[in-house]
Amino acid sequence: MSQTVRQEPVKKKPNNKIGITRGEKVYYFIVNVILGIFFLIILVPLINIVVSSFSSPDAVGKGKVLLWPVEPNVRGYTAVFTYKGIWRAYANTIFYTVFGTILNLAMTFMAAYPLARRNLPLKKPVIMLFMFTMLFSGGMIPGYILLKNLGMLNTIWALLIPGLISVYNLIVCRTFMQNIPTDIEEAAKIDGCSDIRYFFSMVLPLSTTVMAVLSLYYAVGHWNDYFNPWLYLTKAELQPLQIILRTILIQNSFDPESVTSEEDILGNQALQDLLKYSLIIVSSAPILVAYPFVKRFFMKGVMLGALKG
Amino acid sequence: MTGALANNKKHGKTYLRRIVENRQMYLFLILPLIWLIIFKYGPMYGAQIAFKNYRPADGIWGSQFVGLEQFRKFFDSVYFSRTVGNTVVLSLYSIVVGFPIPIIFALLLNSVRSKKWKSAIENVTYMPHFISVVVMVGILMRVFDFYTGILHNLVVLMGGKWSLHVFTGDSNFRHLYIWSGVWQGTGWSSIIYMAALSAVDPQLHEAAIVDGASRWKRIFYIDLPTIIPTITITLILRCGSIMNIGFDKAFLMQNDTNMNASEVISTYVYKVGLKADSGMQFSYSTAINMFNSIINLTMISLVNSISNRINGSGMW
Repeated sequence: MSQTVRQEPVKKKPNNKIGITRGEKVYYFIVNVILGIFFLIILVPLINIVVSSFSSPDAVGKGKVLLWPVEPNVRGYTAVFTYKGIWRAYANTIFYTVFGTILNLAMTFMAAYPLARRNLPLKKPVIMLFMFTMLFSGGMIPGYILLKNLGMLNTIWALLIPGLISVYNLIVCRTFMQNIPTDIEEAAKIDGCSDIRYFFSMVLPLSTTVMAVLSLYYAVGHWNDYFNPWLYLTKAELQPLQIILRTILIQNSFDPESVTSEEDILGNQALQDLLKYSLIIVSSAPILVAYPFVKRFFMKGVMLGALKG
Repeated sequence: MTGALANNKKHGKTYLRRIVENRQMYLFLILPLIWLIIFKYGPMYGAQIAFKNYRPADGIWGSQFVGLEQFRKFFDSVYFSRTVGNTVVLSLYSIVVGFPIPIIFALLLNSVRSKKWKSAIENVTYMPHFISVVVMVGILMRVFDFYTGILHNLVVLMGGKWSLHVFTGDSNFRHLYIWSGVWQGTGWSSIIYMAALSAVDPQLHEAAIVDGASRWKRIFYIDLPTIIPTITITLILRCGSIMNIGFDKAFLMQNDTNMNASEVISTYVYKVGLKADSGMQFSYSTAINMFNSIINLTMISLVNSISNRINGSGMW
């Protein structure tokens, strides 16, 4: 079929083996130029940040770095490594991400399983109860007062508990579970399998895809979370990376007590600039390193979400 | 277990009986429901302080009732038109710019023939989506840095003089906010359109080629019509959140020189509520927040009923 179709333009231009007309050539040229420009606009700043982080403070400070490291060295990274506050914050973020994601997954699956079951009495009102919180919320201050009254301010729980279930993720999870063939469920029931056992021995093993998708969503959410720690944590020893990042990257302020390096970070503007480049890399490294391997799961998540309007 | 045959015999069973049979299912729901009531509906109960004069010593219930006074205070203040205006302007700007670009991007990307080139573009353009807001603003400040940013370096290299203070001023804030959003989000937002485009039957294209349709014509008459339903739904949803500008990015990009443009409702709610030097006015802040939430709820309900009418499928 496609063979006969392809021949049509070939008749007009016998020399053209691929079978595209001149108009199409112009089209592809324009499209590739537009996409190429867009591609570069995204890539060039990223490359510049990477190569700057490997350049010398002097080259960065004098504005010499473009797309290739100038006087390559790792002084930016040693400056980051010796900055005490960053590593404590890094460890905190890893803790919040790992522990938080595990709690998120457990709660989301616990809620999604019964809500995916057909004909479960009272299912509708429970779903409505969850969905309504997507449309309306108490707000910033009532949430703050609640955590204060519960004694959760300035504890790790302030970052772990309030966001336990994202209703959007819950819907994704439920939609996925609803697509598990019901024959399996009926067969299991006839064999005397209880609902709890069915969950652990059938639903969970069949839901690894959605589990991967959701754990990535939750993990990136924890890693990048800025709002909650900003509102709920004032103790320096609990603060995650994003808070320190803001202090250094955006407010341009350095904590004298955190500087343990022999180099004079506080008095050296060029080294401060260099440190910022290295810090951007260090803080985003885990996500960017994992990205090529997990991209398809993220994209699958978009599709699963799209199924439900 | 009697539950085994539940599905076959359910007509003969009472509601109560079915609940008892599914008791294990409700066991799963206990913890999530407790969490939901405390952490989602708890704050909604607390939101009543919008109608009161909250003092911690009196508690939420015991504080003095003042009716709509907090709301009136907001409507009368100069910050009402400023914050609402900024929120709407930023939102509209981002719809006008940020909405069509991913669609155009998807249409163009979909027609790229080289698989390698296509996946290279995908990989690079999706990546910024995962950068945190803080790092994103940090990157902006590096790229546009007056002395060491890459744009400065490029301009100087070509013999020019870099003279843009990008982070200063009101209109700069808006452009930077929106276009950095385009930089970060275009690739990711296009995924949904790419998925819709992959559903286009290749035979349609082949038939169109036979009929002599150019590549442009095929985009307009085959690709675009296919993704129109997706576009409608996305646009409708986007319009539903027209009074909803998130806190993080606006807050992080704020400085003294751009306050007239960067003070949106969510940052103002934070400022009057929790920032120590502007007063910890819990009730006032909650009232502003509630005003915003109610508008958002109204908008999304409105938009949903429109969607129901047009598409026959809303969100609920």
